Amino acid sequence: MTTVAVKPATMAQALTRALRDAMAADPAVHVMGEDVGTLGGVFRVTDGLAKEFGDDRCTDTPLAEAGILGTAVGMAMYGLRPVVEMQFDAFAYPAFEQLISHVSRMRNRTRGTMPLPITIRVPYGGGIGGVEHHSDSSEAYYMATPGLHVVTPATVADAYGLLRAAIASDDPVVFLEPKRLYWSKDAWNPDDPQTVEPIGRAVVRRSGRSATLITYGPSVPVCLEAAEAARAEGWDLEVVDLRSLVPFDDETVCASVRRTGRAVVVHESGGFGGPGGEIAARVTERCFHHLEAPVLRVAGFDIPYPPPMLEKHHLPGVDRILDAVARLQWEAES
Amino acid sequence: MTVMEQRGAYRPSPPPAWQPRTDPAPLLPDAAPYRVLGTEAAAKADPELLRRLYTQLVRGRRYNAQATALTKQGRLAVYPSSTGQEACEVAAALALQDRDWLFPSYRDTLAAVVRGVDPVQALTLLRGDWHTGYDPYAHRVAPLCTPLATQLPHAVGLAHAARLKGDDVVALALVGDGGTSEGDFHEALNFAAVWQAPVVFLVQNNGFAISVPLAKQTAAPSLAHKAVGYGMPGRLVDGNDAAAVHEVLADAVRHARAGGGPTLVEAVTYRMEAHTNADDDKRYRPDSEVEAWRDHDPIALLERELTERGLIDESGIVRAREDAEALAADLRARMNQDPVLDPRDLFAHVYAEPTPQLREQQDQLNAELQAEQEGTHR
Repeated sequence: MTTVAVKPATMAQALTRALRDAMAADPAVHVMGEDVGTLGGVFRVTDGLAKEFGDDRCTDTPLAEAGILGTAVGMAMYGLRPVVEMQFDAFAYPAFEQLISHVSRMRNRTRGTMPLPITIRVPYGGGIGGVEHHSDSSEAYYMATPGLHVVTPATVADAYGLLRAAIASDDPVVFLEPKRLYWSKDAWNPDDPQTVEPIGRAVVRRSGRSATLITYGPSVPVCLEAAEAARAEGWDLEVVDLRSLVPFDDETVCASVRRTGRAVVVHESGGFGGPGGEIAARVTERCFHHLEAPVLRVAGFDIPYPPPMLEKHHLPGVDRILDAVARLQWEAES
Repeated sequence: MTVMEQRGAYRPSPPPAWQPRTDPAPLLPDAAPYRVLGTEAAAKADPELLRRLYTQLVRGRRYNAQATALTKQGRLAVYPSSTGQEACEVAAALALQDRDWLFPSYRDTLAAVVRGVDPVQALTLLRGDWHTGYDPYAHRVAPLCTPLATQLPHAVGLAHAARLKGDDVVALALVGDGGTSEGDFHEALNFAAVWQAPVVFLVQNNGFAISVPLAKQTAAPSLAHKAVGYGMPGRLVDGNDAAAVHEVLADAVRHARAGGGPTLVEAVTYRMEAHTNADDDKRYRPDSEVEAWRDHDPIALLERELTERGLIDESGIVRAREDAEALAADLRARMNQDPVLDPRDLFAHVYAEPTPQLREQQDQLNAELQAEQEGTHR
């Protein structure tokens, strides 16, 4: 038996491929944003698309996020399927009025007659040494807005599969791309037939019996590393990658927690008013009698995102996760 | 050695990257609002169009009065009247072809009605039984937009998309004087000009943003002048002269349709009523100011033109009023019926398919409704 060597691909390459395949499959798909054309995007995710599909399909817009999303709304009203790139998490804020007042609720306002199939790609999160306004975890804002799907991949294959699903969705999808995973590699062959992942399904990345780490996006590899390190302490940790924050996969999360009896939610976003509070509440409401300890949260501190030379103290790392696992009232078992 | 010495002889010249840009002169608006009625230009106006405008103005005035009355009777939650601004509302709707799109704000239900939207459906938002009461695709009227100026980029995007598809479609977007201060006004005009999108922006400068007068809103020479900075023509028109507004808008629509790009039109008009029924305009403007505008009423201006030129007789005027009364009577009768409400609609259109979380909440509401029906509610 011969093994064919599969060249590892990066998450950024998988995203590019997803955009390219979506554009080739459907002429209604239009990519638009700042520097997405000639430059190929500051993270090169749109590399080559303007050349292949023309400037009208992959458009360098004026530098104005509300205008980008606002015009995308009009384009979607006319039957196009815009894929909007926000250059960085914190640069997406000017577009919030369009997002909240129109994108998220147009279907509802019009009793379903005017759906807006818009995908909003937002590079997010820290850990890349970015200066101020380049490292925010803005997912809680999006999660708090009814009418949006909020999706974030943690693997190369999911980056492809989820972005294809987002673009195919008839609802607006905020597609959060973990910046520090753009250059992460997996054995993923772009020329294999690819799966389009359904939005709304979490996945167990690592099975374990002692406790469940519930996480997503940039924190998934950190949790997997923590789970490996935990073996030395005698803990066999399960890692659930949410992939979709809205809709939320209560079923997969709760099935895991009922098995393990303990849970820690891990994310970069601040803890106060962050996703972890919602997740911990949902798990507690549904799995109370299976829990051996309160659901804990390991989150970024409740501070403005720190300057790059200090960010390592802010980001949830392996040690902080293991400290939380240690606080899951193990003495109750003995 | 100085930098200049290093680089050789000093030669005065423009910065290397600089190139002459668009000549602003042709983009500039007229010094005074363009008028037709009572001027020589009126002779060139199509009599049939003038009569059509007149009929619609009379209907529009009656519609505004009826909607205001329904608000006082508790049938509407709120009504932002366009009384006094009917020329803009009517001309905007009539300047478009069927295949074109209108992007109204919350004060523009009349424009939607003139375009063919059922008045009851146009008023659904303001009655409060749903947000948008009509199918936007039926008459190509976007949902009435409340957050100011946020509908303008939609108009640009739609017009741009239509052009990309090779469709002959123009979008006309309505906004007020206050809305021109919003960032979305700026972004929409900029995108429209850069993309040369077939879109027309009509600013109804009615003097006030609720209570704040134009002088506190802008220091621009006029709102129409703002066009020049974006590289599109600005037109200034008498907003109470229906023939003038129609001509200017029809020109702009034709220009856009021919690939000439966007136009910004400022129509100078006046909001004769308070902002809404919930507003008290006595706090910020004297009665005398409102009175002065009664002499420049859009219906009176057009009626004078039509009568003086013998284009309409008494029976024509009576017919227009009867037509308006019929509209009002129908509106009254239908608005006096309670709307049919179904609380289960709340979950119907949040997503294409409800999320599992919404299904749970829907079940909860259904249980509450059932308990209420059975009288077993806690």
